[in-house]
Amino acid sequence: MEFPKELLYTKSHEWARRDAADTAIGITAHAQEELRDVVFIELPKIGKVVKQGEPAAVIESVKAAFDIYAPISGTVSRVNEAVAKTPQLINQNCYGTGWMFAITPSEPKEFAGLLSVDEYTKQLQAEAH
Amino acid sequence: MNKTAFYDRHRQLGAKMTEFHGWEMPLYYTSIIEEHKAVREALGIFDVSHMAQVLVTGPDALKTLNELLVSDISQVGEGRACYTLMLNEAGGILDDLIVFRLGVEEFLVIVNCATHESDVAWLASHAQGKVTVTDISEGRCIIAVQGPQACRVLEQVLDARVTSLGRFQMAPIRTMGPDACIARTGYTGGDGFELFLPNQHGLRVWDLVLSHAKALGARPIGLGARDTLRVEAGLRLYGTDMDAATTPFDAGLGWTVAMNKASFMGKDVLVKQKQRGLARHFVGFELSQGPMPRHGCALHMDGRPVGTVTSGTFSQMLNRPIGMGYVEPAASPLGTVLTMTVRTQKYPVTIVKLPFWKGEINTLPSRTGPAAVGSTARPTMEKLP
Repeated sequence: MEFPKELLYTKSHEWARRDAADTAIGITAHAQEELRDVVFIELPKIGKVVKQGEPAAVIESVKAAFDIYAPISGTVSRVNEAVAKTPQLINQNCYGTGWMFAITPSEPKEFAGLLSVDEYTKQLQAEAH
Repeated sequence: MNKTAFYDRHRQLGAKMTEFHGWEMPLYYTSIIEEHKAVREALGIFDVSHMAQVLVTGPDALKTLNELLVSDISQVGEGRACYTLMLNEAGGILDDLIVFRLGVEEFLVIVNCATHESDVAWLASHAQGKVTVTDISEGRCIIAVQGPQACRVLEQVLDARVTSLGRFQMAPIRTMGPDACIARTGYTGGDGFELFLPNQHGLRVWDLVLSHAKALGARPIGLGARDTLRVEAGLRLYGTDMDAATTPFDAGLGWTVAMNKASFMGKDVLVKQKQRGLARHFVGFELSQGPMPRHGCALHMDGRPVGTVTSGTFSQMLNRPIGMGYVEPAASPLGTVLTMTVRTQKYPVTIVKLPFWKGEINTLPSRTGPAAVGSTARPTMEKLP
């Protein structure tokens, strides 16, 4: 399973890509593997104010519906209309075309609390045992 | 937790296992969607050994079943099967089941795993006269082989002309022991068979089907796709779409009820309900797009609550979300548009006819097919075309 080094991660299996303009959010390869068969995605509206750790989007697989939590607080700046239209993109390319939405962070210090790739993969190993 | 004879096979095949009413069963092997498509387009093999097999035998077996089940079992000939319901005194559904008539005085009853023990107790305590109720599930299995390639593959594997079995017909497989049989039944809405076998024969058939049909796209199928397939076929699930608070008429299963029988458990209540009229109808509905309808979602018409979703999925064949549930009569006509609330969002849904999808049954006899299953052993097969 692939976990890009440049991304930050959450315990709840979201990734965050911090750029100058905003921070894109998606789910990790592990989460994608667990959900399988994604059939519907509910994205937040642009302009919505989200708080770190609170539900910001929903992914539905054939199995069940899963909340996607905001890794950081801020305002939704962009949403990926393509993934809302073709939810399978999450299964096909969860770090690329399967990104979900982007946030303009309001509390940049929150980034320090996110997991590095090493910390995240360690957590995955711990969960597997 | 209970394990079926196929437990090691499931693990070897990489199944994601799940707990289902006390049984450790495969949820999926690779993907629910891929497995669903395999059954629709080629072939799937299911381990459904968690369901129970009960023999009801004796001179009064027919009388007992006719009193406890809503259908007229006297109309079910030898070698035939019947989908029917068992009710309590109040007309509430205790279970839905399939009755196979193995002989004049011999019936094989297949019941759901969640209601296994209560069903056997109910049958035994209500048995009248010379009748024996025997749970024969131990050491036996049930395999479903479903999909357009089912005839072709089973004819090879069993070396028998299974295509000649009509829907809801069954035949013994004498070479696999007493009460071993195959039936043209299933829970997918398409063509297919179910086999009721002693474990050692079941394991062999499982391996043979998968090895013979791999090139055709056959796959093992988990409970996840079993559920999405049955929803697409408009088939109810006991405990989810109906329970003891539901009558056959409520559940849209009035066609199973033989109201002309002199008596049967729950009949009085059904007669009254028929006079009074129904308070709710079981319907199917679809969305053009949106989330999957799920058990418990509310349905509204003009802002007023009119019903509840009991089952739903994303239909692979229709490429849209579909659902089933109960609504007030005023909200039930085909084409009615209701509002389904999922989380905080509202989505329009349209009432449509059930089933959502129906498959064709392969009736062409195979050109090279050998003799029918057990044709030398029992008269039932000789009646086949």
